[in-house]
Amino acid sequence: MKIHLYVPCFVDQLFPKAGMAMVQILEKLGHTVEFEESISCCGQPAFNSGYWDEARKVATRTVEALESAEVVVIGSGSCGAMLHKFYPELFKETALSEKANALAAKTFEFSDFLVRKLGVTDLGAKFPHKVTYHDGCHGLRELGIKNQPRQLLSHVQGITLVEMKEAESCCGFGGTFSAKFPLISSAMGDVKCSSAVETEADYIVSSDSSCLMQIQGLLTRQQKPIKTIHLAEVLVSQ
Amino acid sequence: MSTGYAKEFKENSGRMSQDLTHRAVIKKALNAYEVKRDENRSKYLDWQEARQAAAEIKWEAVNHLDRYLLEMTEKLEARGTKVFWASNAEEARNYVINLSQEKKVQSIIKSKTMTSEEIHLNSALEKLGYDVIESDLGEYIVQLNEEAPYHLVFPAMHLTRGQIKEIFKKKLGSNTSDQPEELTMVARDIMRQKYLTADMGISGANFGVAETGMISITENEGNARLTTSFPKIHVALMGIEKVLPKLGDLALFLPLLATAGGGQQITCYNTMIGGPRLNDEVDGPEEFHLVLIDNRRTELLSDAEQRDALHCIRCAACLNVCPIFKSSGGHSYGTTYQGPIGSVITPHLRGLQDWKHLSLASSLCASCTDVCPVKIDIHHHLLHNRRNAVSQSPVWWEKIAFIGFTFATAIPALFQLSIKIARLLQPLHGLIKGSLIDPARAWTQTRDLPEIPAKSFRQQWKERK
Repeated sequence: MKIHLYVPCFVDQLFPKAGMAMVQILEKLGHTVEFEESISCCGQPAFNSGYWDEARKVATRTVEALESAEVVVIGSGSCGAMLHKFYPELFKETALSEKANALAAKTFEFSDFLVRKLGVTDLGAKFPHKVTYHDGCHGLRELGIKNQPRQLLSHVQGITLVEMKEAESCCGFGGTFSAKFPLISSAMGDVKCSSAVETEADYIVSSDSSCLMQIQGLLTRQQKPIKTIHLAEVLVSQ
Repeated sequence: MSTGYAKEFKENSGRMSQDLTHRAVIKKALNAYEVKRDENRSKYLDWQEARQAAAEIKWEAVNHLDRYLLEMTEKLEARGTKVFWASNAEEARNYVINLSQEKKVQSIIKSKTMTSEEIHLNSALEKLGYDVIESDLGEYIVQLNEEAPYHLVFPAMHLTRGQIKEIFKKKLGSNTSDQPEELTMVARDIMRQKYLTADMGISGANFGVAETGMISITENEGNARLTTSFPKIHVALMGIEKVLPKLGDLALFLPLLATAGGGQQITCYNTMIGGPRLNDEVDGPEEFHLVLIDNRRTELLSDAEQRDALHCIRCAACLNVCPIFKSSGGHSYGTTYQGPIGSVITPHLRGLQDWKHLSLASSLCASCTDVCPVKIDIHHHLLHNRRNAVSQSPVWWEKIAFIGFTFATAIPALFQLSIKIARLLQPLHGLIKGSLIDPARAWTQTRDLPEIPAKSFRQQWKERK
C-alpha cells in the first residue's frame, strides 16, 4: 500500500526519532511511505484558540496536498483528531467540505492503522523494560483508541506493561492552554507523573509527542527517574 | 483576557493549583464518589443506552419548551398554584421579595436551589432584614462560613470535618467532636426549630413534569420535604429548561441523576408537588408559587449549535471528572455553575467577553463530555465559545500571531529556519530559564523544554532518499 505519513510539526522538529520509527515500521511491513514536504502544521493551534479563519487557511493546504493520497497515517492522536474530526467541522458549508470529509475518512492514527486497518499487532520488537501507557485525550476520547497501542505493546518481547491509575487522565498539555494557564496545566501534569511513578515503570509510553513533551518537561524539572518514549520508538527497538 | 473576572480566575486558579492540601481533600471526597458511581452505573442494563434515551427526551423537551411549559403550568394553575414567569434575575427576586412583604413574612427556610444562587436571592432578602436559613447541611455550612457553594451538588466538599467543627464552634457556639453524626445533630436541632417557625419555604426543582403538572425534588436529607410542607407558603424556583414531557420520564431521570450526581442508585427522598394544600387535605402549604426563570436561557435556546447545553440536569458529574476543576477548585470560577458545564453556559448567561476565559481554561480533554448523562457536547462547546469570542472581538496580538502562523506554515523553509535559530540559541537559554525575562517563562517556570534535535524529520527524510 502507498501510505502517506503525516508527521506532525511537533514530531518533525522536536521528536524526529518517532517519525523515523514510523517510517521504518511501515516499510518493514512492505508498504511504500510518502511524505508531503509542503505541509508543516494541521492548524490546530489556531483552531483551538478560536481563530478558525486562520486555521482554515492552514488546513486548506493540508486538504489540497493530501487530496490524491490513498491513505493518510498520522503519528499523533491529537493531530489525528484534527484531521479526522475537526476538519469536517471547520470546512462545513465551504467549497472544500467534500474534500475535507474525504480526507477525514482516509486518515488513521498510527497505532489504530496498524491494528485495525492492517491487522498487525506483532512487530518483532524487543524492549526489556517495565512501561506504563499514557492515553492521549484526543486519541482516547475523540478517536476511541484504547486497546490498539496496548495490543501492540503486548507483543513486544521482554516488555512489562503496568497500567497507572490515572492512565486516562489528561496530562495537562492542551496546546496553548499549557502557556495560558501554566499552573493549572502543571498541576494536572503532576497528577499524571505521580501516578506513573507509582507504577515503578522505567518508561511512560504514548502515541502523542506533545503529551510526552509536557510529561518529560515536568519529570526532568523534578528529577524524577522515569523516562518518556513514543510508541513507535518502542516498536522498532531491538 | 483583559476582564477583571479573567484576572481573578487566573490568580485564584493558579494559587489553588499549587495547594496540595486542597487537592488531597478533593481527591479523597471524589474517590469515594467514583467508587459508588461506578458501582451503581454497572447496575444499568446499558448505561450508554440510558444516556442516549435521556438525551433524546431532553432534546424533545428543550426543542418544544413552549408547549411543555404551558402544559405544565396550566395543570399547576388549575390546582391553585401561582405561576410567575421571570424574564431575568431581577424579576424573579422582586417577585419573592414582594410576596414576602405582602404576606408579612419574617423567617424563611430554604432547601438546595442553585437557581437562587444564580439570581442572588439570599443577599437580596437578607439586605431587607429577612432571616434566611439554608436547610441542606452542605449549604448551611457554607452559609455559616459566609462563602458561595464550592460545587453544584456538594457545596461544602472543600471543607474537612475539623474545619466544619470549627465553623460550628465559632458561629453556633457548639462544642462537639468532629464526628459527622454529632455535627449533623447540631444543625438538625437548629433547623427543626426553623421549620416550625418559618413563614416561607423556598426550594428549587430538579424536574418539571408537563403531563401531570408537577415539580419533582430529589434530595438525601429530608430537608426539602420539610421545607416545602411545613411553612404556610412554598416558593419553588425553576429554570425553564427543567421540564420533562411525561411522568414516566422520571423513571429514567431520577436514578440517572442520583447515579451521575451522587453515586447513588436513587436519592433517599423524592417529592412530587402539584399544587398547594387542597380543601380536603390536612397538611401542606396554603400557597404554592412557582417562579419560572428564563434569565437568558432563551438566548441559549436560540443557539442551535449549543442548545443541548439546556439538557443539563445539574448533576455535576462533569465537575467530578474535570482535571481543571480538581486543580482550580470550585471557588476560583467565580460563577454559580462551576466546572465544564459552567464554563459553557456562564458566557451565555453572563456575557461572552467577560467569561470567555473559562472556555479557554480547558485542555479539551473531553472527560466531561464522556460522563455527561444527557450527552451534552460540553468540550466542543468550549471550542465554539472560543470561536464565537474571537469572531466577535479578536485579541489583537493573537490575531497578528495567528496571521503570522498562517504565513510561517505556508513556507516550511521559514518554519524550519525559526526552529534552527531557536536551536542555536538554546544553549544560552539556561542563563535565563524560568526567570522573568525568559520568553518561554509560561512553560519554563515549572517545566523543562526538550532539546531541539540537530536534524528534523524532514532533513533526515531528504537525506535518506
